[in-house]
Amino acid sequence: MSHDSSPSPPDRRVLIVLAWLWVGAPLCYGLYELVQKAAQLFSG
Amino acid sequence: MSPPVAPPGWSRWLVPPAALSVHLSIGQAYAWSVFKPPLESALGLSGTQSALPFQLAIVMLGLSAAFGGTLVERNGPRWAMTVALVCFSSGFLVSALGAATEQYWLIVLGYGFVGGTGLGIGYISPVSTLIKWFPDRPGMATGIAIMGFGGGALIASPWSAQMLKSFGSDSSGIALAFLVHGLSYAVFMTLGVLLVRVPRGERPAASGPSALDGVQVSARSAVRTPQFWCLWIVLCMNVTAGIGILEKAAPMITDFFADGSTPVTASAAAGFVALLSAANMAGRIGWSSTSDLIGRKNIYRVYLGVGALMYALIAWLGDSSKPLFVLSALVILSFYGGGFATVPAYLKDLFGTYQVGAIHGRLLTAWSTAGVLGPLIVNRIADHQEAAGRHGSSLYGLSFLIMIGLLAVGFVANEFVRPVHARHHVPAPREAADVARQQPESA
Repeated sequence: MSHDSSPSPPDRRVLIVLAWLWVGAPLCYGLYELVQKAAQLFSG
Repeated sequence: MSPPVAPPGWSRWLVPPAALSVHLSIGQAYAWSVFKPPLESALGLSGTQSALPFQLAIVMLGLSAAFGGTLVERNGPRWAMTVALVCFSSGFLVSALGAATEQYWLIVLGYGFVGGTGLGIGYISPVSTLIKWFPDRPGMATGIAIMGFGGGALIASPWSAQMLKSFGSDSSGIALAFLVHGLSYAVFMTLGVLLVRVPRGERPAASGPSALDGVQVSARSAVRTPQFWCLWIVLCMNVTAGIGILEKAAPMITDFFADGSTPVTASAAAGFVALLSAANMAGRIGWSSTSDLIGRKNIYRVYLGVGALMYALIAWLGDSSKPLFVLSALVILSFYGGGFATVPAYLKDLFGTYQVGAIHGRLLTAWSTAGVLGPLIVNRIADHQEAAGRHGSSLYGLSFLIMIGLLAVGFVANEFVRPVHARHHVPAPREAADVARQQPESA
């Protein structure tokens, strides 16, 4: 039976979620503003 | 600064947000028009004068991407993102000083020259790193980043407008808005600087490519190949065709349906422009990802061939059907965005990953050329047609025919793209290091 003495790499899932939120939140704001403006093509 | 190597277990899904934090920031450039009216009234400028900072920024984008590409490859993505952060943010800070002291030349220097340098270095900073992390899906990876450049204006446009509304549109309000922009973008881009990593086992570009990497061509050799210039023509023609619509989108849709039973209002035209931005952005990620499945040459056949068909539809049938006009324009704009986002992966296929960022930087001169060519064609022809007494859709007919011709030229150039001849390949690693020592790149 062999034992792996090297430490397992840290879990990066929280970092991945935070990083995507960092860039995703302003992008969602931009898209929301865009959709509101684009709707004028059909209502204006 | 040595390239930051990923520690064991580093996820490649941390690299796209790093790239996006830079591209979403520098994409602000396309929202410069928000600052134009306040600057004109606060500093007594003409429309041409208030466009100067943006125009210089785009020129500097092309120049810094073309001439700074080799430095980016040599020093790595963290160095490049740091330079982009410092230049882009300090450009705003210098502009804030210019607005506060009512010295317009400082705004031109700050936003145009200093900030524009940040645009070019920032634009190419994540490209080769993303391709190395996603060798299985290079189109998707670069599509995500380059989509961010399109998305940057979507964020900045309402954000900047809101800020000017709150701070006021006089010179001190503009100065405060510039200051907040500079500081906010510095914080936002820091994520990219902190997160970006090159894959483990990746060696600095100066030491040459790995023998296992397949075909590799240096930036210096790439510009001597016909493939590079064929791609240059492809990109230039595709971008020119997109700008042909983008440049005059709002007046175009108004003119097309001016004589119909349901003319297009100003707010509906603004909605059309917003939809085009969405298509541009969606095309960057959508078409670029599709290129991973159907191949780069085929996707450019679609951009150029179907793009010409869409222009023909607008030219001959556009004024008879509003949905047809809108749909065709959306498809053309999605191809415009797709063309930008797919080209790094096309370069990787032809020249390898060795100096793909630097080669991409040099290719972006096609964008600068198209930026001049597209508006020139559409505006000149529309002005001439108007002077000749024409109106409505006939103002644009000749422009559209020229666009079809340009797309056909691009289509033919794409057909000439073949694998790069072996004489341009970088030799084995030991020889490559010798070559790098003997031919230090000055660009």
